[in-house]
Amino acid sequence: MNTHLIGTDVNRIDGPAKVSGAAKYAGEFFAPDMLYAYVVSASVTHGEIKSINIDKAMKVPGAVKVFTHKNRPHLPWFDRTYLDEDAPIDGSPLRPLYDARVHHNGQPIALAVAETFEAARYMATLVSIEYKALTHQTDMAIAIHEAEKVKKTNRAGIEAPPKLRGNSAEAYAAAAIKLDKEYHSPTEFHNPMELFTTTVVYNSDETLTIYDKTQSVSNSQLYVTNIFGYSKDEVRVESPFVGGAFGSALRPQHQLFLATLAAKVLKRSVRLTLTRDQMFTLCHRPETLQEIRLGADTDGTLQAIHTETFQVTSRYENYFEVIANWSGLSYRCDNVTMEESTVAMDTVTPGDMRAPGAAQGVWAIETAMDELAVATGRDPIELRLQNYADKDQNHDKKYSSKELKECYRQGAELFDWTRRKSKPRSNRRGSTLIGHGMAGGVWESPQMPAAAKASLSPDGTLTVASGTSDIGTGTYTAMAILAGETLGLPLDRIIVKLGDTELPVAPLEGGSWTISSVGTAVTEACKAVSKKVLKLAAGLDNSPLKGASLKEVEFSEERILLRSDRSRFVSLQAALAAGDGKPIVEKAKSGPSLLKQHGYKSFTHSAVFAEVEVDEDFGTVSVCRIVSAIAGGRIINHEAARSQIIGGIVWGIGMALQEEAVTDHQLGRIMNHNFAEYHTPVNADVHDIEVIFVPEVDDIVNPIGAKGLGEIGLVGVAAAIGNAIYNATGVRVRKLPITLDKLI
Amino acid sequence: MNNFQYVRAADLSGAAQFASSRDGVSFIAGGTNLVDLMKYSVVHPTALVDLNRLSLHEITDRPEGGVRIGALVTNSNLAYHPVISARYPMLSRAILAGASPQLRNKATTGGNLLQRTRCVYFYDPAVPCNKREPGTGCPAKEGANRILAILGTSVQCIATHPSDMCVAMAALSAIVQVTGPSGDRSVPLADFHRLPGEHPEIDTVLSKGEIITAVDLPATGFAGNSAYVKVRDRQSYAFALISVAAGLEIVDGFITHAGVALGGVAHKPWRSAELEQRLLVGKPANRNTWHDFQTALLDGAQGFGENDFKLKLAPVTLVRALEQAAHEGETI
Ligand SMILES: Cc1cc2nc3c(=O)[nH]c(=O)nc-3n(C[C@H](O)[C@H](O)[C@H](O)COP(=O)(O)OP(=O)(O)OC[C@H]3O[C@@H](n4cnc5c(N)ncnc54)[C@H](O)[C@@H]3O)c2cc1C
Ligand code: SF4
Repeated sequence: MNTHLIGTDVNRIDGPAKVSGAAKYAGEFFAPDMLYAYVVSASVTHGEIKSINIDKAMKVPGAVKVFTHKNRPHLPWFDRTYLDEDAPIDGSPLRPLYDARVHHNGQPIALAVAETFEAARYMATLVSIEYKALTHQTDMAIAIHEAEKVKKTNRAGIEAPPKLRGNSAEAYAAAAIKLDKEYHSPTEFHNPMELFTTTVVYNSDETLTIYDKTQSVSNSQLYVTNIFGYSKDEVRVESPFVGGAFGSALRPQHQLFLATLAAKVLKRSVRLTLTRDQMFTLCHRPETLQEIRLGADTDGTLQAIHTETFQVTSRYENYFEVIANWSGLSYRCDNVTMEESTVAMDTVTPGDMRAPGAAQGVWAIETAMDELAVATGRDPIELRLQNYADKDQNHDKKYSSKELKECYRQGAELFDWTRRKSKPRSNRRGSTLIGHGMAGGVWESPQMPAAAKASLSPDGTLTVASGTSDIGTGTYTAMAILAGETLGLPLDRIIVKLGDTELPVAPLEGGSWTISSVGTAVTEACKAVSKKVLKLAAGLDNSPLKGASLKEVEFSEERILLRSDRSRFVSLQAALAAGDGKPIVEKAKSGPSLLKQHGYKSFTHSAVFAEVEVDEDFGTVSVCRIVSAIAGGRIINHEAARSQIIGGIVWGIGMALQEEAVTDHQLGRIMNHNFAEYHTPVNADVHDIEVIFVPEVDDIVNPIGAKGLGEIGLVGVAAAIGNAIYNATGVRVRKLPITLDKLI
Repeated sequence: MNNFQYVRAADLSGAAQFASSRDGVSFIAGGTNLVDLMKYSVVHPTALVDLNRLSLHEITDRPEGGVRIGALVTNSNLAYHPVISARYPMLSRAILAGASPQLRNKATTGGNLLQRTRCVYFYDPAVPCNKREPGTGCPAKEGANRILAILGTSVQCIATHPSDMCVAMAALSAIVQVTGPSGDRSVPLADFHRLPGEHPEIDTVLSKGEIITAVDLPATGFAGNSAYVKVRDRQSYAFALISVAAGLEIVDGFITHAGVALGGVAHKPWRSAELEQRLLVGKPANRNTWHDFQTALLDGAQGFGENDFKLKLAPVTLVRALEQAAHEGETI
């Protein structure tokens, strides 16, 4: 059986469990005697609860309790206690039920608990609340002038804009071609299919087993133990399957807090599932306004870039993401100023959402570059090549690899870019205008510290484990492929475990770093096992491997072969038979190699090409075709990688044309809080999608050379579509989403 | 969602009797709208009378040449019925332009007629809404009104009736058959839905306990020259921003008979038989005619901010639908 699967199309090893229903998600674990909870959400945007009456709710048959700020158990006062691994450093995390204050519309203000879900839901509608409403602001257009704008400060893992280079004001003033535009992107919600759910199982010894929808079991554990005064031994968090998250489950959401609180007080198991509507009261992609000034020579050579970026945050936490930096990163330019501030409003704190910051930042700069191409009469690809950067411009460091030129070339060829007519509105069929556009994409590819364990039992089955999570990205399968490659085992001999605080600690599943971090740790653990196996094999009587080093052998198809003469080998079975009958267990901790990576920066890149058809009368847009060429290092599972990119592209179609949380600013409330009205693409919106992975060798980024593909698929797509729409219609829309009213 | 009683209707008169003799009774057919409204706590029926066992599932020919559509015929069965797709193609197209296959498999003819507005405030009990709670106000007028009305609005409410099916039925001059505690009656579809006026909480002319039994289509189905054009925010699974059902009969380039209705613009499908008579019938089937008709039909249209674009979109959609209907079957 083939044990060299890297780069091939491998079906998900968890696929059968998923399609047969055997895979259990957080809301599918049961405990005897379990209670159900339902959140009561605030209907004002800013204010105080004057009174809260639960009498009627408690009369519902099956009612157990309504928790409010009045009757809650003692909770820690100190707000640092509520921090989690992904919390902004500035501000105080929301403390549900802590006091009478309402910070945002939809804030959880009470929790109904009952013997059945239906009873809890009914109770929630019977809790009557009187508020003292205070004035609020949710309109960024106004807040940007009123609110105190805060310059970016640090957030773990997130950089402030680099220092300015040269003098962008002077260079801009002197530039032959000037462009000065504002780009506006709306609030978007992650909305994974799986609703946020926590099932807290209250064990007989009063410890908790928590099944949580999370991108990090250890983060959930940290949060719960800190707040509720448990030790780590007393709280085990499991999350074997996650039905999508896209960053929304990096930070613990309030259902974890509330379900744990209820279980602890009532000494019963509790399940809490948020509704789809309540999913719109959680973190989200922040609304942004980006002012971009580009100065260039008449041939398009960039002379000045000035980006000033505003992003919304809540009033209680200064969340921010990197938006401005992307404009200064990828094009050669000596005069660059990037400024970034947050604008606090009465909303829930935003959070990382697939390619946070880059989704908006790259959209803006790649749209501006298209405008520059128009202004200078250059072809958009040529313009990009003209300004191509061989070094990370922000850090003045080398790229560990950057095959973006190859992405442009292969993408353009497959797309047949030569068909494009550079003059807008010159390609039509009846009332249909046809347009072609392109954009570049970029996302970082960091490696984080991670740990993994590998255990090879005497019968030759391997168990690899790490406390990471698989949010649908294919982590289970990737771990198995890497383990199989290292130890020469077929997939059916490999068991993968993840999503459990009993397992070695892994970083949050985010930032596209899981494959590089956890993948490396798994590989190292398996390497350590292979060393022991080799020792056993070499120790056999007349072993052909006597004296061979790990480098001199290859693990393949359950054999250990001598590289110099592959006819000489020891079977894995024979090697293990020489052992002590116990599994060979190895743990590994891996992290970025400072030595190797010194002086380098690592990114994934993409070139995205879009063909659109726009109905001239109606302004309706159809994205007929997308070609995305990706430079993402070594591809571990081609099938899963392609799926990730396709998913990102579909997100990009939504970002370009549909997604927008509509807030009623008088109420301060998001009004389209369901899937009927908050639009994301449906099948009919998605047409041809083609993905290319260009070869990219990188032995600096991490030992396995893989870069992670969770986010890059989305970056650049909205710009490519917007640029294609301009090419079709001659209308430049700088406010997403590009709905039909903006084109008629 | 509150607790409620559930009963299965055995016959029409019993069901009507049950519903008229107590408060808060709702009929349920496909449940695709009603159950959502119950879960959202927008409506709180004390009892549900399930109509599904009643024999209202047939599509039958009428002696005068039309067809009768039973109230429980599902949207899918109606759209794909050979008689409907051959003789009333605009109705098939309208239905298939709506919702999703799953919803259409459950949704019924009667339920579709009585589906409530999609105004986002109406669906959210945490906020005011005159239609849901009379007297509380209408935040939509100055708020999220992208999908709402530009014609026939009132100070109280600017909601639209969201159905696609009803727009085609209006253009086809369908008749709604109703039975109730005080007997049977027939209501032209054009008069079935009301404008919001002072009472936005009342959608239709049905009274307590009345049941829709069927919808009758006249013999004329505009099979030769008809169109349904729906403009929406995505290519499927979205309500109409503007939709137009247009049916024409054309002899020697002149219009002899017309039925044109607009959706997404008002509290009911918007049709004016009077303007059709005056500005379409007897006129040549060309752009000048469409222009005059469109201008008159949209007279008085008013935007409320977010939905201002409909003032531009409605005329071009009307013209497109009329053009398509006039040229149906022609190869371009
Ligand atoms: C996400 C979504 C998208 C949709 N998109 C579209 C769209 O694009 N276009 C469109 O036209 N529609 C759309 N719909 C609406 C759908 O067409 C309606 O929900 C459906 O037609 C209602 O039919 P039903 O049988 O399920 O009604 P039910 O939900 O059972 O009932 C609706 C109402 O009608 C009453 N009722 C039902 N039958 C009778 C009867 N025989 N006599 C008296 N009263 C009766 C009920 O009491 C209730 O008040 C969508 C719905 C959803 C949920
Ligand atoms: S338009 Fe009608 S349904 Fe919408 S908020 Fe106003 S009153 Fe309610």
